[in-house]
Amino acid sequence: MTGTGTSAEAEIHTPGADPPRRALPPVAAGFVAVVLVAALLAVLPLCPALRTALPWGVLLGGDPARPDPGEWSRVAVLALLYAGCDRLARGRGSGGGVRARGAEPAPDPFQGPWAAYFPVLLAGVVLLPPSAAALVALPGALLAPAEPPRTTRRVWNAAQLGLASCTAACVFHALGGTGQPELTRFPGVLLPAGAAALTFCAVNGLLVGGILAAAEPGTHHRLWSHVLLRCPGPALGHGLIGLMMAVLWAGPYGVFAAVLLLLPLTVSTWVFAQYHLEHAAHQATVRALVQAVEIKDEYTREHSERVGRAAVLIARELRMREDRVASLRVAGTLHDVGKLGVPTRVLRKDGPLTDDEYQAVALHPEYGHEMVRGIGFLGEARDGILHHHERVDGRGYPHGLAGDAIPEFARVIAVADAFDSMTSTRPYRRGRPLNEAVAELERCAGSQFDPAMVDALVRALDRHGWEPVVAGDASAPDIPLGPREPSVRSAAGGSGRPIGAQRDPAGQRRGAACGRPPRADPLRDDPLRAESLRAESLRGDPLRDQPAREQR
Amino acid sequence: MRGLGTASAVRASAGALLLWSALAVALNGAVDLRVAAAFGAFMVVGELVRTPLPGDRQQAPLGAAAALAYALLGSLGGLRTHHGVAQVVLLCGGAMLLGLLPSLAAGVRLDPDLFARRILTVAVAAALFQPCYNSGMLDRLHLPGPVYAMLLTGDAACAALVDVLLAAALRSERSRVPPGRAVRDELAALVGIGTAIVATGMVVSLAAGEIGLWALPLFSAPLLLSQVSFRRYTAILATQRQTVASLARATEVAGYTLPGHARRVASLAGRIGRELALGERELLLLEYAALMHDIGQLSLVDPVPGGATALLPVAEQRRIGQLGSEVIRQTGVPPQVAETVALLAEPYRRADGRRDPGVPRASAIIRVANAFDDLVCDDGCPARQREVLEQLRQDTALLYEPAVVDALGRVLLAGAGG
Repeated sequence: MTGTGTSAEAEIHTPGADPPRRALPPVAAGFVAVVLVAALLAVLPLCPALRTALPWGVLLGGDPARPDPGEWSRVAVLALLYAGCDRLARGRGSGGGVRARGAEPAPDPFQGPWAAYFPVLLAGVVLLPPSAAALVALPGALLAPAEPPRTTRRVWNAAQLGLASCTAACVFHALGGTGQPELTRFPGVLLPAGAAALTFCAVNGLLVGGILAAAEPGTHHRLWSHVLLRCPGPALGHGLIGLMMAVLWAGPYGVFAAVLLLLPLTVSTWVFAQYHLEHAAHQATVRALVQAVEIKDEYTREHSERVGRAAVLIARELRMREDRVASLRVAGTLHDVGKLGVPTRVLRKDGPLTDDEYQAVALHPEYGHEMVRGIGFLGEARDGILHHHERVDGRGYPHGLAGDAIPEFARVIAVADAFDSMTSTRPYRRGRPLNEAVAELERCAGSQFDPAMVDALVRALDRHGWEPVVAGDASAPDIPLGPREPSVRSAAGGSGRPIGAQRDPAGQRRGAACGRPPRADPLRDDPLRAESLRAESLRGDPLRDQPAREQR
Repeated sequence: MRGLGTASAVRASAGALLLWSALAVALNGAVDLRVAAAFGAFMVVGELVRTPLPGDRQQAPLGAAAALAYALLGSLGGLRTHHGVAQVVLLCGGAMLLGLLPSLAAGVRLDPDLFARRILTVAVAAALFQPCYNSGMLDRLHLPGPVYAMLLTGDAACAALVDVLLAAALRSERSRVPPGRAVRDELAALVGIGTAIVATGMVVSLAAGEIGLWALPLFSAPLLLSQVSFRRYTAILATQRQTVASLARATEVAGYTLPGHARRVASLAGRIGRELALGERELLLLEYAALMHDIGQLSLVDPVPGGATALLPVAEQRRIGQLGSEVIRQTGVPPQVAETVALLAEPYRRADGRRDPGVPRASAIIRVANAFDDLVCDDGCPARQREVLEQLRQDTALLYEPAVVDALGRVLLAGAGG
């Protein structure tokens, strides 16, 4: 949604992004081939004859003088478990109907249903010699549903998971974790097990990062740091669970006890999937709320969601906590929801608003606050909705707060709202270029907007860019944002308050963010009227419906 | 009242058990103090990280698992343990009290029934296992490992079943849910985190036999993971519910319905639904549909006078229902909700007099609740309520389903009585 997430959204173990993509680029195909050969070489020592013949045979295949009779049955049970669980997790994940695509920022490779059963692989790493450990993922990877090119993906997954397991097992055995008596020696066994889990994660991450870089150059640059920085935690967790399975299995209670350990994991995966379904449903509900407003106020189509997006850009720039960002996103999206309480004919009126009508419009932040009051998760964002028409100079509404008295969220939403209003095309005027809108925001920083928020938005735009709405209506007049004339004081207020723009005789409308000098105008002496006129003339623009402070 | 009896019986028996265990431990002395301290510490921590679960259930999964593990603990790191049922019960009770102290100090209202349930459940698990183990009977049987594990599973399953029955009995009396329904609801809830708790408790006690006290922190980690997932899930469920309520308030803010109408209809429909033994999931969907039943009015040009749709011609009601269901279809709530609202204005039975199976129960319930709220208006006095109820009874030929109206009558009576 905010430019994060989409890149890493592709399933990590099935690289190659979109289904229609047919052939892998030659580099990627070569990479797959190399990994496949390496995996095959790792598995070869399983054959007792080759174990002595190959130089790495004893290292990977275990000591031929001490064959383990239970080895094959363990491989079979683990492989079956992994295939079954993986199947279950994937089936639930994709079969649930609504899928929250892009809802979550950047999932990591150790999350998501397909990674939930890595502990089974890691149990294999601990229990089996390296060659055998490489086989555990094989049936699961080959049977897993995959997008075309199906065979390539499946073989690739089997090979890369096998190679990762094999390397991890080598590390485990090299650090002295071999043999059953050592397994129960706590906490000594934790070191080799942890090292093995980290190795598994690193090899898996590097291979996956490599194939993604080869298959889709440029799109996955974030992935590397992601794989290397965020994996260790979950990897250690999964390693621990794998070790516990192995401990229970090696003990007197056998595989039954080991399977019991998978129950909490399965419950977690199930709940995780439920969470995603519900999260998607929640987003749809928020959208429906917005749509209800847009039925009434069709000028603002999709405006709300873009305000939410711009607010998130600002919030990230200000390094807000993720939960605050999430609630700010929803608050930005819902900032105009109170317009539901404004009579439709007022919202759609094509002409100057009367005082009464004007006041009805100015009530919308309070209506909005009333509506979202019950949504606990929005927290302080509810005040953001209530105060998003306040100005830092204190001339906004509903409460006329000034400066830092205005909640931070409200200051963010005000800037995001103004920015999107200026850059998007409306039926009565074409959207302005970004640089003009930014210049206008900067000009009004300090009077209408919090300069810190404007700066944050400008920095975010530099970094991430912004896609303004595609001009759907080419007939919209192209009106510049307004001349940069010095402000003229209003005769009536005496407060030095600049008043708004006037409607052009030709019926053209202008958009500008803050005070604009009026020409000779009969309404000049009536600030409220002048403001309301401007509110009308700037419908949908940042200053639209900014009432005069004299109202209070 | 009968219901009060169940709750106090449960609490009294838990209290008596605690008292007995304290006496028994005081007389016989406590054994294996180090082990008890470790498990006790874990139960306290588990209590501290308790989390709300879907369906208004409060749980401390970690605490419950640790208590179950202690109840089922045989050998520890290859050595025998000697604690009996009394010590298990006392430790569990004491640890719970200790873990709940911060919440009590913070003024959080805690449910004493949860406490009582845990004590009884753990006592059952311990009573089934510890005497057999401590008397040496299990050792004499020389059970193979897997059979021993199965035995423990059976024991844990019995304890879980007791917990389900207790929870169902308590829930049934508190929320006026029929007992059968309550048992089914609790069983469904058990399948979720309940299995994870039971499995973790067993695995910890089995693993402790192998690797000693290390099993406690290690083997409860997966459960902690489940608990975090559940916490997130519960939070998003609550948020979704609140957002739907906001959407429902849209009609009020826009001036189409009277303030609080949607909320009142939802609450009344919920009570009728419980009276009619709907399941938890059905009740949630019923609540969504009731909250949003008037949403179609947003598409009307002129508000209905007083928002009272019950007095409109059927064709108009039908149209509002259809319009509403189109909005609801986009909200991400399950599709049954939209269907319920679309069929709100349909007669509940066909021309031949039989109930139309195509009209969901929820539609009939909301229709009655809505009509009741529209007709009573702000006048909540019992006389007016009886009058409206009589009025609805007159129209049961086609409009209002008699069973639902009867349920409404019982709900009103209970409301007046309590």
